[in-house]
Amino acid sequence: MVTINGNALPVAGQTLSEYLAATDFDPKRIAVERNGDIVPKARYAETVLQDGDTVEVVSFVGGG
Amino acid sequence: MLPTKEEFQEVFEARHGKACQKAFSAATVAVCGLGGLGSNIAVSLARAGIGRLILIDFDRVDITNLHRQQYKAAQIGQYKTEALCENLREIAPYIDLCPHTATVCESNAAALLKEADIVCEAFDRAEAKAMLVNFVLETMPEKYLVAASGMAGFGSPNAIRTRKVTSRFYLCGDGVSDLADGDGLFAPRVMLCAAHQAQTVLRILGGQYEP
Repeated sequence: MVTINGNALPVAGQTLSEYLAATDFDPKRIAVERNGDIVPKARYAETVLQDGDTVEVVSFVGGG
Repeated sequence: MLPTKEEFQEVFEARHGKACQKAFSAATVAVCGLGGLGSNIAVSLARAGIGRLILIDFDRVDITNLHRQQYKAAQIGQYKTEALCENLREIAPYIDLCPHTATVCESNAAALLKEADIVCEAFDRAEAKAMLVNFVLETMPEKYLVAASGMAGFGSPNAIRTRKVTSRFYLCGDGVSDLADGDGLFAPRVMLCAAHQAQTVLRILGGQYEP
């Protein structure tokens, strides 16, 4: 299982790109942290989610 | 008669303690975007005696800004960088200000932010926020980043909070209140989020790394 934004999800083995494509997250409005480190945008396609990973997708909203 | 630099320093030290003030005076903080968040962050940091502020915005003061941003009616039409520098110098005459009238993008961010110890993300568009956050975290791992998301609308002030996402990335706001939802922007709620960002900057400089 992979914990994403606090939810345990059966997505181990998927790439980050594959996971994100199946969600409503807008790729232009997010930053992704995995096990304490930021995942560079250019590496989403090659980052394979591992069993036990903790991931946070920070999705920005407008206003300032 | 303006007080001298030494008189300001004495008051800062009396209020903040010598050790904290030494760190504040030596710090360079970049504020990216000088709207509701950035103009309020800059005022708080100038009042706290931060040594140097890098202030970046491409835009001019507009009447629609005055309900929540630190500008005056007579400054409508001026670049925000110029207007804010004027206002900050009235508050803190000895602060070192580095204004840049520019749009921050991936091609100029490294040069604009090079000297900063801490970067505040204070844009209004979600895409611009994400761009800056990813850029700083990917390419400037030595810097601290204090960003904001979710301070629009009429919601409870108690929903605004600060949390630490990675070891050098702090995020302030309620995380969800989107300007696009059409609930407007209210000065105290935006200022509250800006105050979270400014206080987080001061805490990092003072060696308090937990939000």
